[in-house]
Amino acid sequence: MPYPVDRLSTPALRLLTTFALVMLPWLSAQAANDALDVRIGYIQWVPDRGPVLSNVIPEPEDAGLQGAQLAIADNNTTGRFLNQHYQLESDIAASPEDALAAMDRMLAEGLTLFVVRAPADTLLALTEKAGDQALVFNAGAQDNVLRQQECPTQLLHTIPSYAMITDALAQWLNQRRWRDVLLITGTTDEDQQWAASFRRAAQRFGVTIVADKPWTFEADLRRTASRELPLFTQTDDEYDAVVVADVRGDFGEYVPFNTWLPRPVVGTQGMTPLTWHQVVESWGAAQLHSRFNEQAERHMNSEDYAAWAAVRSIGTAVTQLSDSDASDIRAFLFSDKFQLAAFKGRKLSYRGWNGQLRQPIPLVHPRGLVATAPIEGFIHPNTEMDTLGFDEPESTCDIQP
Amino acid sequence: MKLPFTTAALAAMIGLSAPAAASLAYVSNEKDNTISVIDTNTQEVIDTIDVGQRPRGILLSKDFTRLYICASDDDTVQVMDLATRRIIDTLPSGEDPEQFSLHPNNRHLYIANEDDAIVTVVDVETKDVLAQIDVGVEPEGMAVSPDGRWAVNTSETSSMLHWIDTTDFEIKRNMVVGQRPRHVEFSRDSKIAWASAEIGGTVHIIDVDNLEEIKQLTFQIRGVNQDKVQPVGIELTSDGRYAFVALGPANHVAVVDAQTYEVLDYLLVGSRVWQLDLNADESQLYTTNGVSGDVSVIDVESLKVLKSIPVGRYPWGVVIDPNS
Repeated sequence: MPYPVDRLSTPALRLLTTFALVMLPWLSAQAANDALDVRIGYIQWVPDRGPVLSNVIPEPEDAGLQGAQLAIADNNTTGRFLNQHYQLESDIAASPEDALAAMDRMLAEGLTLFVVRAPADTLLALTEKAGDQALVFNAGAQDNVLRQQECPTQLLHTIPSYAMITDALAQWLNQRRWRDVLLITGTTDEDQQWAASFRRAAQRFGVTIVADKPWTFEADLRRTASRELPLFTQTDDEYDAVVVADVRGDFGEYVPFNTWLPRPVVGTQGMTPLTWHQVVESWGAAQLHSRFNEQAERHMNSEDYAAWAAVRSIGTAVTQLSDSDASDIRAFLFSDKFQLAAFKGRKLSYRGWNGQLRQPIPLVHPRGLVATAPIEGFIHPNTEMDTLGFDEPESTCDIQP
Repeated sequence: MKLPFTTAALAAMIGLSAPAAASLAYVSNEKDNTISVIDTNTQEVIDTIDVGQRPRGILLSKDFTRLYICASDDDTVQVMDLATRRIIDTLPSGEDPEQFSLHPNNRHLYIANEDDAIVTVVDVETKDVLAQIDVGVEPEGMAVSPDGRWAVNTSETSSMLHWIDTTDFEIKRNMVVGQRPRHVEFSRDSKIAWASAEIGGTVHIIDVDNLEEIKQLTFQIRGVNQDKVQPVGIELTSDGRYAFVALGPANHVAVVDAQTYEVLDYLLVGSRVWQLDLNADESQLYTTNGVSGDVSVIDVESLKVLKSIPVGRYPWGVVIDPNS
């Protein structure tokens, strides 16, 4: 047998035996006769987000890793018919140095395919270390700079940029005709990035920011939100909606229902544009959730989805190529032959200019789907999905060979 | 002189059709947990029957006495007696049954278990599970060839067709097709299989004797974004003239010449058209439109959409009982 026996269930073994004897000549068009081992490295470094006011519901610590693991299982279920076997080497690092050491170790083991969930600077350091013969998928950093200025050729992004999610929100606000908004921005660098991105989106899609207020309060809002926020959300001009930029979830959860005017709250809290959420159920997504829940015993979130999409991109390419060479995979992912079926109702593909996975963005509240962007009516000559984020003419990167 | 004659002829036709028993269409409503019963003569819903949770695939027994229903969220296949419209039995189905197909022997039911990556074969008389066959991720479409030789399963995330030999329940061939294959339909002579790939946007036409793809169809509709052209259900006329392909969120049904494989026309139906079935004399085609919650009726001769009939929420499958 080509693989260690303990990795495979008995039925899979039985099937493999059958294939080895009978089927492989049939498969020559799509699959190599030789067993193919595909090893993928997963490296995660998530900095502590600091003390936050709304710390009631903690974020799962294995977000991302569980998505990668599920995609490995999906790839293997497919791979057993093609004599392909996938394995994940994962490292949850305690510091950026640890993450770089993990990359060194994986490179020494001969890995060339990586999925990374880490802040932009660490991601770039890891990508540089991996070298231009490797392929790195960004499954965590939403920074626009990675799509516009810092674009290593071996780096692809399965997590949407801040620009994509804020464009989705601005399209929706425009379509609802809630076009005058109050923007409240937190103090962290991520909050600033999110807000800057929203300001760009507002301009692109005809939304006016009637007041732009930084959140600087130090008070504990769990006790005083109902007193502080109505005053804070008073403005000279009336707004249709309040947009909150509070990425880590510090004060934002206390904005809904505490605004001066009776208006909906959207953005990083309230109704949120994001990558993935358990309320997304159409297009077979219910099946993905069901597989994920069984494996992880929790709901699948955006980081899980981004890591899943990265590992499934590799699997989809290997199924077609019968080859796991990183540069061959990269070329295939950028070709028009690649299409990722990823439960968002459209085929997903990578943007040639900056390696971003183009994808619809769900807008959700905690218990329901509100809309999915691109919102109908925002048209584009190639694909409506390119109305979200940095389109080719705006791009200052061009990484496709 | 001519007018009275025509009127008389018309009256005669009406007179002839009136005594004929109502031909009934059954529609599964995924989000209402019901089956709608449509009288195809009046094109009205005459009954709505409560069934198990999340009904999706439905099919008729070969003697047209029973309706089998995949109650996906109940992890069971329900058996409805058509005479009484009562659920009379349940079959072991494996987890999350979505689509299934009945062997011409009227006993072996092949069920795709979406969550478990297996196909379960159940004897509907003894309720024995005859086999569980490992397939790719998210098995979905299921078809048994009319000659009973092959059972074909599509696995959505693996993007494969698995060809199962019905004599030994072993997979004899795996074919990689377009992304997210949804449905397989055999020609009446079992020589040609049609397989749709939803995300790939393709229909693959397979020569069954050689297990070889002989043609790949793509679809382009004016004014519809190519991303939204997502083939799902397929229905073939028994005379080999037409294939009808439901194109999902493109909201159209493609009409294909089943001999030349040329796409002849696109017919506008309801939102997210999913599955389709022909009536007994193949004069009318019924389509389920998931998002708009209705069924469109297409006249096969003129290729015109005649009517849409509101049913429950998210209508999924449709079968028409030719004997009723």
